[in-house]
Order: sequence, then structure tokens, then C-alpha cells
Amino acid sequence: MNLGAHAFFILAAYGIAAVTLAALMIWIALDYRVQQRRVRELEERVRKR
Amino acid sequence: MPLIDYANPHRFQRLAARLIPLLGVVSGTLIVLGLATGWVAPADYQQGEMVKVMYIHVPFAWLSLGGYTVMAISALGTLVWRHPLADVSGKAAAQVGAVFCFLCLVTGALWGRPTWGTYWDWDPRLTSVLVLFLLYLGVLALWRAFDDPLRAGRAAAILALVGFINVPIVKFSVDWWNSIHQGASVSKLGAPTIDPSMLYPLLFSALGFFVLFLVLHMALMRNELLRRRARTLRILRAAEAEQ
Repeated sequence: MNLGAHAFFILAAYGIAAVTLAALMIWIALDYRVQQRRVRELEERVRKR
Repeated sequence: MPLIDYANPHRFQRLAARLIPLLGVVSGTLIVLGLATGWVAPADYQQGEMVKVMYIHVPFAWLSLGGYTVMAISALGTLVWRHPLADVSGKAAAQVGAVFCFLCLVTGALWGRPTWGTYWDWDPRLTSVLVLFLLYLGVLALWRAFDDPLRAGRAAAILALVGFINVPIVKFSVDWWNSIHQGASVSKLGAPTIDPSMLYPLLFSALGFFVLFLVLHMALMRNELLRRRARTLRILRAAEAEQ
């Protein structure tokens, strides 16, 4: 597909959007794992007492 | 079960666990459909292929305003009804909304350079969207400024409500003042002034990003609820250790 003289601007817009949204999704998924593990560990410690 | 019953942290967690993967697939499908049909749609007679940026820029712009509206409604829930999920929702909306607003500004600048000859202009629409982004950053900064999430939630809710005055300013800035930004073309009363070959891909893409917004909002709320649960457990342990 020929995007013409402004290909850089079109590809940059799509690229930045894709990278930013992917970074947000990865951060959310990693944070979910961290928080889940933290809650599990704390609940186990509370239960042992 | 009435919808209001889901506004309970435990029920919300169970609902989110089921909905996040399902809506994730729906959102991905709609975005791919919208962008793919947009890429094969004919070029605009004035802007040429640059119109392809519209299929992402316009949804980001709509969701920047939509995200702020969710944040303001959540702020009402925090300040008026003191609902436990309201400030969790407000914080999540601020996080997703800030990202969509950032993308709106960046894709707008990249669209503006070839069409207007500049990345940036202190134009009413562009400036009011920048103010919207700064308001998002302000709300997020307030969330980080307090250790106690309840105090942080109240301070962030006040700023979110005060800043809501900017939402109609963004929307109507192109009608109230002279602007290099084009006026409304999809939401015009009567009929949209956009060809159906571009309108349908735009609507599919917008719907897909809207569902993505819901998924990200729900996922961030789920993380925040876990973070608060961990905080409560840490406080309980510390209190037990002191006895």
C-alpha cells in the first residue's frame, strides 16, 4: 500500500498508539500479578497467627 | 440481580474476572475490523492518505472526554454518596483517560503537521485538550500525594469536579471561537458530513476503543481493590504486632 508523501506521520501515529496501549496493558497485567501475590502472602501470614 | 448490586467490591471482582477476557476479545475484534476497513477505504479528496489518522485520533479524543466524564461522575459518588467503589473507579478512569488524552494530543500533532503545517498551535481546541491532559495529571498527582486512599480520593474528586467545566469548553471550543481545528462532522445534528466509506470504519474503531476503555478501566479497578486489600491486611498485622 502506498501511503504517499506523509507515510512517516501515519505510521508514527499508529506506532506510538500501539506501543503506548501495549505498555499500559502489560503494566496492568504485571501490577495485577504483584498485587495478587502480595494479598495471598499477607492472607497466609494472617491465617498462621 | 439489579445492576446496583454489582457496585459491591466482591461482586465486582467476580464480574470483572469474567468480563475482562470476554470484552478484551470483543474490543480487539472491533478495533481490527475498524482499522482494517479504514486502511482500505478511499483516500480523502483533500487530505489524501492522512485521513487514516482519523480512525485512531477521533476515538482517542472522544474517550479523553468520556474518561473525564466517568471521573467526574465517580467524584460525585465519592463526595456525595461515599460509595467504596466510586474513588476506585475515579482513579482508574484518571489513569486510562490520561493515556487516551496523551494519544489524542500526539496523534493530533502528527496529523496537524502535514495538514496545517504545524505540530502545535495555541488554538482553542488544542489548548483546551492540553488543559484536559494537565487536569488528568493533576488528579493523578493528588492520588500519589496522600498515603491514605480515602483522603487522596476526596482531594482528587474535588479537582475532578472543578475541572469538569473544561469538558464542554473542549467540545464547543470550535463553535465558540475561531479555530484551525475542524468542527463536528460525525455528531452533527441532522446527518454526519462524512462519507459512509470512512464513517463506518470510524464507528467500528470508536466502538472497539470504547470497549477497550471499559476493559482497562475494569482491570485497573481490580488492581486497586487488591492494593487496598493488601494495605488493610498490612495495617491489621501491624495492629496485631503492637498488642
